[in-house]
Amino acid sequence: MSSETANQKPLKQIGWVVLLLAFTSGFIIMSVELLGGRILAPYFGSSIYVWGSIISIFMVALSVGYLIGGRLSVNRPNLRRYGLFFVLAALGLLPIVFFANQAMDAVFMAIDDPRYGSLLASTLLFFIPTAILGMIAPYSVRLMVDNTERSGQVAGGLYFISTLGSALGTLLTSFYLVLWFDMNTILLAMVSILLLAGVLAFTLGSKRS
Amino acid sequence: MSRGYLILLVALISATPLTADVIHREKSIYRNIEVQESGRDRCLVFAQRSDDRRQSCVNLKDPDRVVFSYVRMAFAGLLLNERPRSILIVGLGGGTLPTALGDLYPEATIDVIEIDAAVVRVAEAYFDFKVTDRVQVWVQDARVFIKRAGRRGDHYDLIILDAFTGEYIPEHLMTREFLQEVRSLLSDTGVLVANTFSSSDLYDYESATYRDVFGKFFNFKLPASGNRVVIASPNPLPDTEALRAAASRLSKPLSRFGVAIDSFPRFLTTRADWDEDAPVLTDQFSPANLLKNR
Repeated sequence: MSSETANQKPLKQIGWVVLLLAFTSGFIIMSVELLGGRILAPYFGSSIYVWGSIISIFMVALSVGYLIGGRLSVNRPNLRRYGLFFVLAALGLLPIVFFANQAMDAVFMAIDDPRYGSLLASTLLFFIPTAILGMIAPYSVRLMVDNTERSGQVAGGLYFISTLGSALGTLLTSFYLVLWFDMNTILLAMVSILLLAGVLAFTLGSKRS
Repeated sequence: MSRGYLILLVALISATPLTADVIHREKSIYRNIEVQESGRDRCLVFAQRSDDRRQSCVNLKDPDRVVFSYVRMAFAGLLLNERPRSILIVGLGGGTLPTALGDLYPEATIDVIEIDAAVVRVAEAYFDFKVTDRVQVWVQDARVFIKRAGRRGDHYDLIILDAFTGEYIPEHLMTREFLQEVRSLLSDTGVLVANTFSSSDLYDYESATYRDVFGKFFNFKLPASGNRVVIASPNPLPDTEALRAAASRLSKPLSRFGVAIDSFPRFLTTRADWDEDAPVLTDQFSPANLLKNR
């Protein structure tokens, strides 16, 4: 027990970094989800079922991400791998910028019913980056927890900060970002922020080891 | 009865505008729908708040007569094509336009796109709208219908865009890419009529977008009405002489709808009265609902 605590004490000091990064991932998840409606509308409309498709796929992707992130946190949790998640999420967003229209075109031609068209298009475009962003939440918990007694409190604090990030991402994107920028500009900014976050975590993780 | 009470009562009565009887009310997945009657008018209302928006009205004593000026203005599109054989109408409302155009051109096929199935039911039940072999309604998103029609290679002689409730704008029906898809649906003699926004920042952005896709178009406003109707075509626009000649030919058949088309040509101008530097709305950038309030 004492050796384990000693092992994890350094991690506790970088708690603020983990909180900041969890906030960032929460922000970006919801910002992308909101843009998803705009991305799909030219091909599938903006009816209620388009939102149904997007929200379902985000939920499924997040749930899968939680599972994988939790599993990966068992073996030697470290900041470098944590940073890698951010880099992968950034790369996962890039196809939305560069191939969304081609992908939606193919789906549009293959499937007549816009409900299933939007469901498949959401899967193709959003599943992978969202699942990777979902991995961040349980992994953050593991990085910050230093004893079982406080584990619930740590998890609560992380949910708090990342959900707050989600709220802010939703609000800023829908109120201002779409008024100021092209969608692809917003998405590329998200990609850059995720890359920066990944580099930050990776650098801190390398210094410690 | 106390005098104070009487005064209050009088104040209340005079403060209430001409009251309308609600003869039908339903909630659809998109909005609250009401059918109201006041005097001789029966109106379709998309009730959001107390300042309800009347979408479409019919005069029960004179059902042919088109009540709203912006709907009458839509007939100006006929000045560019007097005999459309195929017509596409986006947005059913009470069905005023498809009913009138169906009467006027019994040989024409008319496709109507309406996103809300409840609106179709209400139009049939309360506004005498009828689906026939030639007048068909497609309950779906207009962008999806138009994109697919384009891939099929369909063409229309007359396309009328009337999809905006005023409360909420479908932003994907405002963009350059959408208008390019609409343009590709127009036949060799095709003409587009769009009921659009006449105020706020959106006026500039929307005008710039139409100009980008169609080049010069007729910007049609009537002095007595707050509406603006865009009349655009991929073909060269007719001159005033041609418009006047067409108007005099159409004047008689349109008179029973209360459409004074003779008075229209002089208000059809290609002059830009908007900020020509305004950005074009695109699928990447279309914050129409935010611009509407600025």
